Amino acid sequence: MATLTESPAVTAAVTVGSPLSEAGRTAPPSVPERPPATGVGRRLAHAAGYLLRRPGLSLSLLFLLAVLIAAFFPDLLTADNPLRGDVTERLRGPSSEHWFGTDQLGRDLFARMVHGAARSLQATVLAVAVGLAIGATLGLVSGFVGGRTDAVIMRLVDLALAIPALLLALALITALGFGTVNVALAVGATSVAAFARVTRAEVLRVRTAVFVEAAVSCGARRDQVLVRHVLPHSWGPVLVLAALEFGTAILAVSALSFLGFGAAPPTPEWGSLVADGRDYLGTSWWLTTMPGLTVVATVLAANRVARAVEGERGTGR
Amino acid sequence: MKTYLVRRLLQALFVLWSAYTVCFAVLYLLPSDPVSLMVSAGAEQGSVDDAQVENLRAQYGLNRPVAVQYVDHLWHAVRGDFGVSVQSGRSVTQIFLDVLPATLELAAAAFVLAVLLGVGLAYWGTFARWSWARQLLLSIPPFWASLPTFWTGLMLIQLVSFRWGLLPATGNDGSRSLLLPAVTLALPTAAGLAQVFARSLRATQTEHYVTTAAAKGASPRRIRLRHCARNAALPALTLAGVWAGNLLAGSVVVETVFSRSGVGRTTATAVSTQDIPVVLGLVILSSALFTVVNLAVDLTYPLLDPRIVHLAAEPR
Repeated sequence: MATLTESPAVTAAVTVGSPLSEAGRTAPPSVPERPPATGVGRRLAHAAGYLLRRPGLSLSLLFLLAVLIAAFFPDLLTADNPLRGDVTERLRGPSSEHWFGTDQLGRDLFARMVHGAARSLQATVLAVAVGLAIGATLGLVSGFVGGRTDAVIMRLVDLALAIPALLLALALITALGFGTVNVALAVGATSVAAFARVTRAEVLRVRTAVFVEAAVSCGARRDQVLVRHVLPHSWGPVLVLAALEFGTAILAVSALSFLGFGAAPPTPEWGSLVADGRDYLGTSWWLTTMPGLTVVATVLAANRVARAVEGERGTGR
Repeated sequence: MKTYLVRRLLQALFVLWSAYTVCFAVLYLLPSDPVSLMVSAGAEQGSVDDAQVENLRAQYGLNRPVAVQYVDHLWHAVRGDFGVSVQSGRSVTQIFLDVLPATLELAAAAFVLAVLLGVGLAYWGTFARWSWARQLLLSIPPFWASLPTFWTGLMLIQLVSFRWGLLPATGNDGSRSLLLPAVTLALPTAAGLAQVFARSLRATQTEHYVTTAAAKGASPRRIRLRHCARNAALPALTLAGVWAGNLLAGSVVVETVFSRSGVGRTTATAVSTQDIPVVLGLVILSSALFTVVNLAVDLTYPLLDPRIVHLAAEPR
């Protein structure tokens, strides 16, 4: 955590996210003024208290908020152009003017990180979405239909789990070609097996529940039972897995981008920014350190939030 | 025991065959054409006409139906021939045999480090006397697991090699150049090992056999080592195949970062030149590793836990 607080990105996160935390802080005093009849105020106060008791979680949420802002409204965080630089300003260390320093062409590294966030984050979200959609569908079918279909799907899942995720992703990239979208698809495909397993286990648990039997005996069609009764009761742990998968996906996407299989050179991506800084490792430490720290902070924040989601679901049941 | 062994061997062969089949399907059915890639790679030397392209296709057997290619490739693969690299024209088996020793050296060093770090962290994180020490030690593995391997490697080079000048940054020569890559490769595995081992160590503490041992007057140290650690080792051992595979996969990134020659670097190059036979060979290599390690683990279970052998020997 010590490394976290040193990163300027966190400072940015705190300053950017301050409206939210201000609102959070003013919420508790408003409780005694309003009678407990208003549900919204009480829930807000409850949420604020929950977050204040968990500073690590609050910090993680604020940081993720900053990353989201970077992905959708990069101009709010930086005025510098990520692609054009001032050659007289080349290879400057971090300063108040250039938070992350500048690269060999004088481009502002912070601006490149902020503008790269969109691509890296889109790839991550796409990867998790692909894994979730295909994996959950396979798991649902496997658990609900059973029999030979189940056996075949589960054999395939076991097989996919036997090949290391990175190698599977590399094989897919070889076949699909390079680019951010293909990297995302490949990373997503590696998580399909895990999603299918968890979904199947949940479906098997729910399928024998009394309310499902009741629905069947009332004459509901199979697809109705599946969508209306089985699905809503089985996706809790699947969504927790999706939350946990975010950190893994960020790491995998940035590793593949580092290896040079992501977007083509001038476009900034988190992994490729680290790779670009490699040539200046001995002289310009910030070129690799700063992008890497941002990735680490994002993964740590995503994992912290995922664990909070996991804990909530665990106690909620 | 003999029937058990035969059954496990057949299972292992089945896994290898299906890994090969799935990978073949992915690589040969998806739209990528090795011949046009080869041609575009050598485009500077003069234009290639359609007849030459057809000749190349025939030379690599790519003009035949996919099913015929599959059977042909599988038959060769069974005999240890995984085809030739599209880029260099060398035999894939030979390419891997050349670089395998370097990677095995790296992976073995990383494995030893990972076991030492992971088991040590989990043991002291569970049994340390002070609660702050336990909390601190157990918070390290999740942190390690969040570090991108390529970045830890670069950070180590920056500090240890460039700033302090202690160890060489790149290359394959000797144990001095092995240390940094091995540490980099070991960290994620150590993190996973520590988390699994710590969880099962904690679970063993409420078991009856611990109470029994304590009632018999065994020392706390003996209980921890002989009873807790031995039982907690099983779940960690079950995942050994996964971890061996991860070490091999991790070598792709680590060998690229440290500019070491090896299986990983060969793979990274093969992917960037879309050299399909080499990539297919590596996937088979990793699933073979996974299968062999799993088989070895299953056979060593009875040594750790004598209850298991009876289960395995019983006919089902």
